[in-house]
Amino acid sequence: MANGRFGIHGGQYIPETLMNEIQNLEKAYLHYKDDKDFNSELTDLLNNYAGRPSLLYYAEKMSRDLGGAKVYLKREDLNHTGSHKINNVLGQVLLAKKMGKTRVIAETGAGQHGVACATAAALLGMDCEIFMGKEDTERQKLNVYRMELLGSKVNVVMSGTQTLKDAVNETMREWVSRVADTHYALGSVMGPHPFPMIVRDFQSVISREARAQILEKEGKLPAAVIACVGGGSNAMGTFYHFLEDKSVRLIGCEAAGLGVDTEKHAATIAKGTLGIFHGMKSYFCQNSEGQIAPVYSISAGLDYPGIGPEHAHLHDEGRAEYVPVTDEEAVLAFEYLSRTEGIIPAIESAHAVSYAMKIAPDLPKTQSIIICLSGRGDKDVAAIARYRGVNLHE
Amino acid sequence: MSRIPGAFKKGKAFIAFLTAGDPDLETTEKLVFEMELAGADIVELGIPFSDPIAEGPVIQEADLRALASGTTTNKIFEMVKRIREKSQIPLVFLTYINPVFKYGYDSFFAKCKEVGIDGIIIPDLPFEEQAEVHEFSGKHGIDLVPLVAPTSEDRIKKIAAAAEGYLYVVSSLGVTGMRTEIKTDLKSIIDVAKETAKVPIAVGFGINTPEQAAKISKIADGVIVGSAIVKIIAENGCDSVKPVGEYVRGMKGAM
Repeated sequence: MANGRFGIHGGQYIPETLMNEIQNLEKAYLHYKDDKDFNSELTDLLNNYAGRPSLLYYAEKMSRDLGGAKVYLKREDLNHTGSHKINNVLGQVLLAKKMGKTRVIAETGAGQHGVACATAAALLGMDCEIFMGKEDTERQKLNVYRMELLGSKVNVVMSGTQTLKDAVNETMREWVSRVADTHYALGSVMGPHPFPMIVRDFQSVISREARAQILEKEGKLPAAVIACVGGGSNAMGTFYHFLEDKSVRLIGCEAAGLGVDTEKHAATIAKGTLGIFHGMKSYFCQNSEGQIAPVYSISAGLDYPGIGPEHAHLHDEGRAEYVPVTDEEAVLAFEYLSRTEGIIPAIESAHAVSYAMKIAPDLPKTQSIIICLSGRGDKDVAAIARYRGVNLHE
Repeated sequence: MSRIPGAFKKGKAFIAFLTAGDPDLETTEKLVFEMELAGADIVELGIPFSDPIAEGPVIQEADLRALASGTTTNKIFEMVKRIREKSQIPLVFLTYINPVFKYGYDSFFAKCKEVGIDGIIIPDLPFEEQAEVHEFSGKHGIDLVPLVAPTSEDRIKKIAAAAEGYLYVVSSLGVTGMRTEIKTDLKSIIDVAKETAKVPIAVGFGINTPEQAAKISKIADGVIVGSAIVKIIAENGCDSVKPVGEYVRGMKGAM
């Protein structure tokens, strides 16, 4: 059995053409992750380019309004490019460069990872191609143009459901076709080993900072940390340094779309079953024949039929909880945070905000909770307007 | 006993692929008989998958057509059973790991044996992950046919040594589909594989003309053709039996 297992999950279920490459990637990563020069270069990029450390903001009005636990927002939305995706991308593109690659390719759903990748590629002097489902290019037109401005080529994926899953398929097909000079900068804690490990490590900066910040502000650990989950990269980054703090509830919010009792959702833990897809054993939304289900969410970034293998394992062990949040609940939270704190969250992150609004009132005022605000919501304004029946004539 | 070794005993083998259930299982059944008559030595039957990441557009679309026509793994098993009443041509499944995993490895391979499947190819099951499948494919005597790629390098020997049925050499980087030219140095890959392989070596991906088949059959024991056949089926639907037969005859004749 290959490396990279989280309990029964994970593994390397990929075509033979990629096996040598992915083993080289693992070797390179294990070498560079402890390399002094690599780490100081990466830290410099994170601090002086991406704007880390990100704030841990006390949402006082929201806390008062909800009347329970103190709510803190880990402001990944304030990073350069507007989401947590830059943390992983700077690490991976730097690593790819060290490996002698000249080109990066990546999938994107909402466009956040694609924009981050295009940004890192521009900065570090790499060619970059992004694969994005046709449906997503339509609901996130602005991000498509941003990627092009940054010098990347955006390939519109016409196959399958034309969303994130198909973008991953097409990026894998492209990687199989051209592997020697190309690194696949996978955007989430998913896919074959070593990606779930690499992406988690690069994203774990979120909880490394947040844990120290909350201890400084509150003098004790939070009652819960909450993040949205598609593939699960911001959630894994947010959970990681709290894993050993057993008193801290770790809560992942899945996209329940129109509801988990309908067919229009992307709630993998709530409704999925064990399977093997996109290089990993994990939970997937699929039918009894093992065909991957077309999933749905208002949020392009959570519109994925699987979940990273480490999350699947944390679920099995009961260490983390995964809860479904519907489109409607997320939109209400999107509007609530905008109005209450003057912060427009990404619709992805609004799923986490929504669940925090549910549990905060029942927690004592002496406790705190941290929400990972994984991205900013500018990209979603038009879609939310549409949801509310307002046509903005973009 | 696997029927595969017999296919390589009468000279170079022509291995024909099609997606089961494209456009429907009745046509697939007729196509298998026709291809056997036309000289195919082994037939690879694709069990359709929603997200076939190793396939180019031609086979991706075939998978979607097959799924849309209501094809299921059990219906394919029933079709194989019907084929076996009249034909002893070696039959090999090609599918992705998830439909097999979801069926349950033990029941899947037990069913393969019961209906008369000889081998299986799983493009997203590399050497390192084979053990969980091999436990059951081996138990039920189904050959696990592995792939080697132009990038396999130092992996070729161990993969070839463990190969069952035949060794599937991927001719080019990339996904399945017709190519005008195959640039990989296939001979050196095959030479390395031969050092450890106990089974015949067949080449696939991109082959579509009789000239290519003739050239490759000089260095390999078998030639695998998929997308070119699937394309004829896409264009002719239920009337594809005759043109596919003609095509297979032309390819086999060139080898």
